Amino acid sequence: MTDIDAVPGMGPLLAARKFFTRAEVSADGRTLHRIDPGAWDRFYRDRWAHDKVVRSTHGVNCTGSCSWQVFVKDGLITWEHQATDYPSVGPESPEYEPRGCPRGASFSWYTYSPSRVRYPYVRGVLLEMWREARDRLGDPVLAWAELTGDPERAGAYKRARGKGGFVRSSWEEVLELLAAAHVHTIKRYGPDRVVGFSPIPAMSMASFAAGTRFLSLIGGTLLSFYDWYADLPIASPQVWGDQTDVPEAADWWNSRYLIMWGSNIPVTRTPDAHFMTEARYRGTKVVAVSPDYADNVKFADDWLAPHPGTDGAVAMAMGHVILTEFFRDREVPYFTDYVRKYTDLPFLVTLEPRGDAYVPRRFLTAAELGQRSENAAFKTVFLDEATGAPVVPDGSLGFRWGREGEGRWNLGLGGARPALTLLGRSGRAVAVDLPRFDEGATEGGSVMRRGVPVTEVGGRLVTTVFDLLLAQYGVARGLPGEWPEGYGDAARPYTPAWAEEITSVPAATIARIAREFARNAEVTRGRSMIAMGAGTNHWFHSDQIYRSFLTLVLLTGCQGVNGGGWGHYVGQEKVRPITGFQHLAFAFDWQRPTRHMAGTAFWYLATDQWRYERVGAGELASPLGEGLFAGRSFADCNAQAARLGWLPSHPAFDRNPLVLADEAAAKGVPVAEHVVAELTSGRMRFAAEDPGDPANHPRVLTVWRANLLGSSGKGNEYFLRHLLGADAETRNEETPEGLRPAEVTWRERPAEGKLDLLTAIDFRMTSTALFSDVVLPAATWYEKHDLSSTDMHPFVHAFNPAIAPPWQTRADYDIFMELAERFSELAARHLGTRTDVLAVPLTHDTPDELAQPGGRVRDWKRGECEAVPGVTMPKIVTIERDYAAVAERMRGIGPLLSDLGLTTKGVTYRAEPELEHLRGRNGVTPEGRISLATADRMCEAILALSGTTNGRLATQGFETLERRTGTVLADLAAEHEGRRISFADTQARPQPVITSPEWSGSETGGRRYSAFVINVERDKPWHTLTGRQQFFLDHDWIIELGEQLPAYRPPLNLRRHYGEQDGGDGAGVVVRYLTPHSKWSIHSEYQDNAHMLALSRGGPTIWMSVEDARAIGAADNDWIEASNRNGVVVARAVVSHRMPAGTVYMYHAKDRNLNVPLTERSGRRGGVHNSLTRLLLKPSHLIGGYAQFTYAFNYYGPTGNQRDEITVIRRRGQEVSY
Amino acid sequence: MRVLAQVAMVMNLDKCIGCHTCSVTCKQTWTNRDGVEYVWFNNVETKPGVGYPRRHEDQERWRGGWQVDRRGRLKLRSGGRVKRLLGLFANPDLPDLDDYYEPATYDYDTLVTAPAGPHVPVIRPKSAITGEDMAITWGPNWEDDLGGAPEHAPADPNLAAMAEKVRMEFDKTFMFHLPRICEHCLNPACVAACPSGALYKREEDGIVLVDQDRCRGWRMCVSACPYKKVYVNHRTGKAEKCTFCFPRIEAGQPTVCAETCVGRLRYIGLVLYDADAVLGAARVAGPRDLLEAQRRVFLDPDDPKVAAAARAAGIAEDWIEAARRSPVYRLAMRYRVALPLHPEYRTMPMVWYIPPLSPVLDAVTGMGADADDPDNVFHAITDLRIPLGYLASLLAAGDTEVVAGALMRLSAMRAHMRARAIDGSVDEDLLAAAGMTAEEMEEMYRLLAIARYDERY
Repeated sequence: MTDIDAVPGMGPLLAARKFFTRAEVSADGRTLHRIDPGAWDRFYRDRWAHDKVVRSTHGVNCTGSCSWQVFVKDGLITWEHQATDYPSVGPESPEYEPRGCPRGASFSWYTYSPSRVRYPYVRGVLLEMWREARDRLGDPVLAWAELTGDPERAGAYKRARGKGGFVRSSWEEVLELLAAAHVHTIKRYGPDRVVGFSPIPAMSMASFAAGTRFLSLIGGTLLSFYDWYADLPIASPQVWGDQTDVPEAADWWNSRYLIMWGSNIPVTRTPDAHFMTEARYRGTKVVAVSPDYADNVKFADDWLAPHPGTDGAVAMAMGHVILTEFFRDREVPYFTDYVRKYTDLPFLVTLEPRGDAYVPRRFLTAAELGQRSENAAFKTVFLDEATGAPVVPDGSLGFRWGREGEGRWNLGLGGARPALTLLGRSGRAVAVDLPRFDEGATEGGSVMRRGVPVTEVGGRLVTTVFDLLLAQYGVARGLPGEWPEGYGDAARPYTPAWAEEITSVPAATIARIAREFARNAEVTRGRSMIAMGAGTNHWFHSDQIYRSFLTLVLLTGCQGVNGGGWGHYVGQEKVRPITGFQHLAFAFDWQRPTRHMAGTAFWYLATDQWRYERVGAGELASPLGEGLFAGRSFADCNAQAARLGWLPSHPAFDRNPLVLADEAAAKGVPVAEHVVAELTSGRMRFAAEDPGDPANHPRVLTVWRANLLGSSGKGNEYFLRHLLGADAETRNEETPEGLRPAEVTWRERPAEGKLDLLTAIDFRMTSTALFSDVVLPAATWYEKHDLSSTDMHPFVHAFNPAIAPPWQTRADYDIFMELAERFSELAARHLGTRTDVLAVPLTHDTPDELAQPGGRVRDWKRGECEAVPGVTMPKIVTIERDYAAVAERMRGIGPLLSDLGLTTKGVTYRAEPELEHLRGRNGVTPEGRISLATADRMCEAILALSGTTNGRLATQGFETLERRTGTVLADLAAEHEGRRISFADTQARPQPVITSPEWSGSETGGRRYSAFVINVERDKPWHTLTGRQQFFLDHDWIIELGEQLPAYRPPLNLRRHYGEQDGGDGAGVVVRYLTPHSKWSIHSEYQDNAHMLALSRGGPTIWMSVEDARAIGAADNDWIEASNRNGVVVARAVVSHRMPAGTVYMYHAKDRNLNVPLTERSGRRGGVHNSLTRLLLKPSHLIGGYAQFTYAFNYYGPTGNQRDEITVIRRRGQEVSY
Repeated sequence: MRVLAQVAMVMNLDKCIGCHTCSVTCKQTWTNRDGVEYVWFNNVETKPGVGYPRRHEDQERWRGGWQVDRRGRLKLRSGGRVKRLLGLFANPDLPDLDDYYEPATYDYDTLVTAPAGPHVPVIRPKSAITGEDMAITWGPNWEDDLGGAPEHAPADPNLAAMAEKVRMEFDKTFMFHLPRICEHCLNPACVAACPSGALYKREEDGIVLVDQDRCRGWRMCVSACPYKKVYVNHRTGKAEKCTFCFPRIEAGQPTVCAETCVGRLRYIGLVLYDADAVLGAARVAGPRDLLEAQRRVFLDPDDPKVAAAARAAGIAEDWIEAARRSPVYRLAMRYRVALPLHPEYRTMPMVWYIPPLSPVLDAVTGMGADADDPDNVFHAITDLRIPLGYLASLLAAGDTEVVAGALMRLSAMRAHMRARAIDGSVDEDLLAAAGMTAEEMEEMYRLLAIARYDERY
């Protein structure tokens, strides 16, 4: 498929091989010069020869989205090399070619490897019982019902999970089993008990969409992954009202000061690292912040090595320096102009008395000024510098929805100049109490007293966010309270000397880097950048760490500027053609919405990790809080979030939602009314309030494109015990009485084996596959059509089959199509058409953001308000499901795209011409619908229906948005209005995307993508309360946690909560246990690849310092065991002086299926890296219903963080057995 | 003067991210087959470290390369023809499998076929040589990112060659990655050592190959190569080595390792040299004079006399043009930032390296760039973490001045470009110190930073 001659650089200069006739030995006999004899070298020439080259890529969760050339000879895949034909970045920049890494380069090893899953498999004990029941009863649905309804038989196959014994089945047999399980579960328990897990659609959109479309059509629960992976930076929705948006890699080149902070770019962004190394040659200073001497450190001009998890303290101290030197001591007009217009710093915040001082409460709004305009409670206020009068500027949330805001949702200031500070204005100042977390008896820390200038507006005492920020950061201005005496004051937050004591980074270094960073931003107008990653984002309090980083880029006017701002690089894969993708993937062409679920909350309950808490939510509350969490568990907080409509909660109720609709029909009342009556009467409860009730268990789980049990499953051993009923290693004790949930029902015996059916679709035997009941053989990435995109580069490109799927493997797309057929056949008999009842959370980028003003918590269950669906509780939505028609609907585009259009981030697109085009391009189904019968058709439809890949839609979207903002936007896309990227285009070459309102940056005119450029350059508000980038947050639960402003919160003190866990024999060393991303795998993918094993150490390892190794007498490559209350891991030690003492790394996702011996502790197979971790919910991640804190899929929700963990390492016996 | 053309490579270690993509694509393309499981035509080492095979740089042990005897004659370190013939059947200077590593495979199908049992099925390492269970105790990249360095790296011969002591302590940590292929030397010891005449240097482009038909498996080449880049295929018994991807080079394509290098740090170019001058250059007395001696062997393709001689030698016009555009020649000769690997081996290697800059950290004192002047963001090269002595041992026969000169030019380029990018200013003193004009500096910058595909190869 690739014409070698067309590859750039293949000029003729080296092409002509000259044949000489001489062979010559040099006079001294040193060398032999010779022409080739022409025959012997045929071996190498033949080896290089190939028949065709096919473009494809890797559907792996790495954000690389690299285009590859797959070489095929004699019908066999031989190897792959990187494609080099990316569209140019321009003459003054390095290009994207070649993108790839050693992991991708080794992929073809899998195609024919002995580890390949070639046929469908079912565990023998299950298959035998299934065949017997199936044959005896003659009806597969009844057979599944009988088998799973019999505790003895069900227990037998559940206990066998993970212990081998797979038997080859056939597609026919196994799909019937799956279909029967789905039909029975829907009928008996409800569709929301059918669950699907598949992450990161950008890494293969059609493959993702196949499963999610099927599950959406039947009403299944779709689990989120970005938050579950702890890759979602909660600070992003908090500060920007946006999930994540980051600069593409080529924009690093435009930076002049680049801090890599917890982001090991050469290892985790391998194809892009060259932009960083090359930017140095353009004069960019590079700083690395990493606790170890990581791969990226060697490129840095400076290396800061704070203790793990203390990065926030470094950043807070840098903020202290910047506020002191660039705001207090000297004014930098570029900075102050920026923060006035683009941040909430000038906005007024009310203060309330507390004791003998004050505490900040909420943003002052127009409502409190007595304004009666539409949505006045969502219009924030500043003082005009010249007149001192309060101004309600356009652009806040109050202008986003409703008629009056039409044309006014923009950042224009209408001639006003916001006052940043009240100092010198009213002459009045008060003391404020602010939380600090570096000391105190609990995680909630203690209190520090500072002061702010104040004035009265609308009868309320107010100050500005800027004044509060200076108080928080301890920048003294002669105000009341206790202030640091200078940078050298180590006792008071947040000075450099204070940070040095916590982090070990010298105060002078912190001050110097801060000064350089800000000064660079001043002279370059914002070209200072922080690339941040999992090293700083996977902590329990990562939202606070990130807010302290974002403070640095916001104060210095770097965000929304090419070469500046944040670069959040972990798991942030971007489906560039998002509109077409999400409408088809979630079957929004047939029904809206679908059952999106917050992954972490789901697993927390499903795996019963909530039963093992040793502290309550109150532990985290600031002493300045009001006791909202006192006596309440994290599970209680989660249940409250569910019933207030903040987070989704599926399964929703302790009743089959199909039955709920029948009941309402029987009573003759509207469904919502029935639901509210049942809930408020207490006859029905949310499933989250009693997760142990067998009626509330998830029953059927399908995992595709993922390795839940070998990779992302934090608290792995709890998954095994409670979800699967398999052997597990946790020795954790359950929550003692007295600390147990106040509201959530505690059942004496926890469930073991909640799931009736676990299915893995994969081409490898991962841990997930090994523990599954059914394993389906998937086609690889070189055997199917699909689409790939990322935010690291601005292109979309294709997967293509280099060979047909070998053996009995099938593409995910085809598997779900086939499953839908079998399902529909059985459903016709057993389900028919039913009405499904969905509890839908209040949703971001809709008027639901206005539901709960001020973020004040009012709970209908406690009688604090009425239970009103869509206001104080979830929306209640019904969907009629024709279960027999699921297969037909899978295959064809439904009517809603025409009837309702397509809506992304609040902008609705009309796509009639595109649908007409697709009708011709894709053909129609027997039912007359536009066909989605094959993956390439799905790809075509995704591209046609998205703004980034269809200039007409992008332009139309901007025109729609213009009517709301009243500013000029459509020109951003107009240059490409006629351009429509087809699937064939992406097969030929990576295609650059089009600027679109689906995202916040601009590629217009060939510029590099950087987040929020449109906001800054075109005055488009952020999707926040103020419409500006927010330093200050005012939801009740955030106030309770003391997190209104950026603050340093240390890693959780698990030693205090759980003890030393070393068993008391003193043979081990207690260390911080971190699981960074690996150099030799992408999560668990590739870690079993022979090439990667050869280049690494051939199995699981734990990196440790010389000091820690010495403490336990371990030498390099000795076997060690790492254990804590959660589980146990066996690995080889890698001893290196690049590791700091007191911290070990077990690189992420070492599966337990390769070179893992039996443990000494238990005599069972050692665990995965996540055997030592456990989920911890942060209450502020559960909030919703208010402004930017309103739920969307993968946008907001508790993170599956895992970095705060500790473990004990000991040297074990060196004789191991397997 | 006898003009010959050589395809040569420069690798910019300052850009190498240590990802090993080059190793994998090379392996997949060339040595992914029986008999060469342990062979990596291209490998990447973490320095400091003992490398692959272990301590291959210790020529006291392996006796690779050349030496000059008291009478100024160039001799293979492994001895003269007679000595080598006597050693044919008992070569003491041959690394054994342990010096490389015992390649492993795994019983992969166990995961699918394991019968019902008490434990989660697991696959375990099996020797790819014997098929027996094995414990993995070494590998081709065992020391990656300083893994096991406190135990192994002190044996790195380059550390012994240094004046200052290097301690394996957290605060002192430094590292860089060193990708290695065959050097395709102008004065190849492997060729000279082969009793069968199977190794030869291609007349037209200087690529060193092993004629598989003529190789008798004597393995003298393995010993003689000081870079240990000739390997034995244990199935065929014959020597194999990096071919500089000649089937690709002949088709006008760069080597696999170069094209797939995602760090974009490899440059391939043609160099014209005077074949008659090689011997004289290889036997200059002082090891530190070898670099300049080798540079003098290279011919300036812009010199009309050289071009005429090249034409007379039958070198085609497009090749002469290629030599003029050669990024290798520019980096080695014009900008003088590229240096040969271990010139003291006297093989006149033709894969050269740009030495790496490295970060400053002083965790204890917090020293760094000018604390008072936030506009002065770069550190002096004397503050860098990688000891100059270490790089000098690797790239300059111990001459730290040479390495410092290259690093200084890189450093000056960064300062110059920063000033240009921020306020357009030019610091003439800086340029003078680097001995380069602004135009030269910016040309070098383009070649190192922007480095388009057709500029790299």
